[in-house]
This record gives sequence, structure tokens and C-alpha cells, in this order.
Amino acid sequence: MFLQVRELVSGYDRSTVLNGVDLELAAGATLGLLGRNGVGKSTLIMTLMGLVPVTSGSIRVEGTELAGRRPDVVAKAGVALVPQGRRVWASLTVDEHLALASRGRRGGAWTVDGVFDLLPRLAERRRQYAGQLSGGEQQMLAVARAVLTNPRLVLLDEPSDGLAPAIVDQVAGMITTMRAAGVAVLLVEQDLHLAFAVSDEIAVMEKGRIVHRVPTAEFRRDPGTAQRLLGVA
Amino acid sequence: MRTLSALTAAPTRSGGSAPTARRPRRWGALTGALVVVVLATAPLFLAPFATTTLTRILVFALFAVSLDLLVGVTGLPSLGHAGYFGAGAYAAGWVSLNVTAEMPVPLLAGAAVGALAAALTGWITVRSRGVFFLMLTLAIGETLQQVAETWQSVTGGANGLTGIPSTRIAGQPLTNAGFVHWYVLVFFLAGFGLVWMVARSRFGAALRGIRDNEPRMRALGYPTALYKYATFVLAGGVAGIAGALLVAQQRLVTPADLGFTTAAFALLAVIIGGAGSLWGACVGAALVIVIRDALGPSLGGHGTLVLGIVFVVVVYGLPRGVAGLRRLRRNGTDR
Repeated sequence: MFLQVRELVSGYDRSTVLNGVDLELAAGATLGLLGRNGVGKSTLIMTLMGLVPVTSGSIRVEGTELAGRRPDVVAKAGVALVPQGRRVWASLTVDEHLALASRGRRGGAWTVDGVFDLLPRLAERRRQYAGQLSGGEQQMLAVARAVLTNPRLVLLDEPSDGLAPAIVDQVAGMITTMRAAGVAVLLVEQDLHLAFAVSDEIAVMEKGRIVHRVPTAEFRRDPGTAQRLLGVA
Repeated sequence: MRTLSALTAAPTRSGGSAPTARRPRRWGALTGALVVVVLATAPLFLAPFATTTLTRILVFALFAVSLDLLVGVTGLPSLGHAGYFGAGAYAAGWVSLNVTAEMPVPLLAGAAVGALAAALTGWITVRSRGVFFLMLTLAIGETLQQVAETWQSVTGGANGLTGIPSTRIAGQPLTNAGFVHWYVLVFFLAGFGLVWMVARSRFGAALRGIRDNEPRMRALGYPTALYKYATFVLAGGVAGIAGALLVAQQRLVTPADLGFTTAAFALLAVIIGGAGSLWGACVGAALVIVIRDALGPSLGGHGTLVLGIVFVVVVYGLPRGVAGLRRLRRNGTDR
């Protein structure tokens, strides 16, 4: 397995949020992670990235133990994050974002020019400050920033949040392109259409654990379970 | 802590950052060239006292620029930066008195000791943020001032180092105010150019990324503590150069040069100019020196009071400082 998470426990000051998460992800696979608000989906992503301290448990990427390592070490191991709410640097230009992400490298599967080909809108805005971009453009920039580190695992936290349907389609296109390039994707999403469209499998979290995991097609055939786990039709 | 948020939360986007619009950039280059010409020819038509004031402005401006690299570009508001400025000044003064005043020895000594002092103290400070960084740097600055006051045999104690010989270039002492001015101008331009290039490089973009959102920089694979430490040491080295230039100009160093008041005046210059804008810091430094030194005597010793009023007006009226004025005019609105 490319990503192996075992008995992962983490949280903030006095509250434990993750209560022993077990998760496996094969190279190049896309997993959609669903669940009600507050079950720990974002905390799982932040913990995997090293931004929330691990209490116990193990996070292995290609066999390398990353639990408790600094975020920059995790990033160098090939993990990239597209955070909730984009979190682009408002006072940096599009070009500067991409230069920082690619570190001026020319090699690798993903290049600045390649990203501009996929996202021509960003190319038009390359000299603008990220703070002046629309929400959709910022999301594209956040995705571009992640893929330009040439990761093997991308963590996306609600990339469709607050975006128009046409932009969500573009996000779906980017995820599909990543998967085709052999990148493993862990997608936390509230938008079921996006999650279903790109994921090989769907997992559901409840109370800090993953309680259900099936192929996407099977999940869609079983609305009763979806209703019970997510409170949606 | 409105001032603190004015420093770190709302930095200007012009100046130190990469220029975006092309037209203002050309005007900026033209204005810059004009300013350099005026500065270079000033001793030819100014009286020696006025020339000396201009020289003091350049010294203080380079010090303010080095501080702006920390405050405006990286988002680290320091109240102890005068410690490295003063350390550089003492090193240049001591070397001039005891070894040689021949260029480039005092200047290199100032740069090396400023950077060394920053390297020894920076590893503690850069791990903190905001108010904690402010208090830690304040404490370190006060400690360095105590060292300067008590280490009598090297620093001359409370009297400081006096009778420092003029800096010599190829054996010729720089005694004339005009020559001193040109000497200071050359190294001011070199120091400013260095900081400017750093601020607009990819390294500088990383520093601005740290200022805006440090966890995101770390998640992108950047060891941010190391970046902040390197910047702290570089800022200390440039402040040390400014200290060495101070010695070349006033040929005297006292503990006040590395004390809290000097550090606070530099921070004042950075905020008045617009944190993050390097040329803004120079304008701020000019205002501080003119009000404190040139107008101070005619204001009946109330120069500091006037500076305080200017500071309050800037914080409330121009949250992006003098540099923000240009943005106001260019965009019609201040975003």
C-alpha cells in the first residue's frame, strides 16, 4: 500500500478528534471521504500533513513513517495539501505561487507551463496578486500550487466549497488528470456529485473513525446506508 | 496592539514585492535614478551641515531597510534590531581604534559582528511570533545595551568609543563631509540593492508567504524556521554595515546607538514609510532624522513629541504608510 494509516489518534489541546483511524490507499487511487460536520475529516487531512500533532498511531507513505514529522518533511516525502478555503497568499502573485511550489525546477511530471496549459485562466492572471482573484481562480491556484510540488499523494479539503458548478467541473477535471498521472488522491467533500464523479471508492467517517468503505458504484446503489451515515438522500 | 497588526497583517504590496503593473515600474525606475543623482550631487550645492544630515539619513535608512526585511517582508516585528546596528558600529569603531581604519576592514568588521550577534540570538527569537517575538527581541536588545555599558575595556562603558579615526581609503582619511557622504552613499546603495534583490527573489517570495500564512509554506515543503533564521542573520549583517557607516560619519559610538530608543525610531521609520516597502522605509527614515535631528533644536527639544504625533496620524490615516499613498493614487481606492 502506498499510504498506510494505523490507529491514528490526534486532536487539539484538550479534545481528541481522531479516535483510531485506519486507512489504506493504493498508488494512483482516489478515495472520497464523506461524513457529517465535525466527525474529523479536516482534522485527518491536517494530521496527515503534520499540521495537527499526532497523539499516537502511524502514518506511512511508501513505508516511511511520517507520524510526528514536521509539515515540510511530510511535503518532501511527496504529500501535498489543497486546504479548505484555498488559503492562497493574498500578497503574492500567481507566478510567485507557482515558482515557490515548483522551486524553480524544470523537471518532474508537472511544470508551470503544463499547469498553464490545463488552466489557461491562471495564465491570463499570472502577474496578478492572488488576493485579487475570484474564488474559482484561487481554487485553481491552490490546486496548481499542490501539483507543482510533484506529489504522489494529494490531500484535498472541500475543494468545491463556495464554487459555481462550472468551476467544480474544472476541479473534477484536475483531479481526474492527477489520477491519470498516477497521483493518489484523498478527497474530503460535501458535494456528493464531485465525490462520486472522481472517486474509485467512498469512505465515511463517524466520531473520528472510518466506519464504512466501499467502491463508489456500490455506495451509490445503496441509498439506505448513505442516508443512515450522512443524513442525506 | 493596533500597531502590531498594522505591521504584520496589512503590509503593502508595492515596494519590496515583485512589481506587477509595468508602467509604474518604469516611473519607479526613473524616480529612483533621479533620487540617486540628487543624492550623489548634493554635497556640491549643500552646506556641510545639511550634507551631514543627509548622510545621517542614508545611514539610518539602510538600518531601517534591514529592519523592514524582517518586519515588512517576513512579518517579524523586532524591537531589538538596534542591537545589531550598534554591535556593527562598536566593531567598526573598535577595529578603527585598535587595528586599522583602512577600508574595507571597519565595514567588514561591522557586517560580520552584526551578522554574528544576530546568528547567536536569532535561533531563539525566530521560533516565536507576534508579541512574543517583539518582547524577545526587546529583551535581547536591552541585554546587548547592558553589555555595551559594562564591558568597559572594549566598549568604553557609558561614554562609548570616542576619538575614532576617520575611515581611510588607500591611506587617505575621509575628513571632508562630502567625501564621507559619497562613501556612505555607495554602501547605502549596495546594501539597499542587496535587500531589494533578496526581497524580490524566490527566497523573498517565500518570506512573504511566511508572513501571509506560515503553515501553508511549511505544507509546501519549506523549512520556515530556517528561512526566518537566515533572514534574521542577513538583516543583522546589513544593520551591522549601517552601524559601520554610522561610525564613519559620527566617529563616535555610545550605548544609546544600540538601545531601545534607536530600535523604536527605526520601527517608526518602517511603519511611517509603509511596512514591506523598502523605499518607504527610506522615506520614513528621512522623516525621523529630519524631525529628530534637524528640526529638533528649533522645536524646543520636542522633536520626539512631533514624531509621536506623526506616528499616530500615519497609523490611523495611512495604514499602509507613505508607500500606500502611491497605491491610493494609482488605483483610486486603497484595497
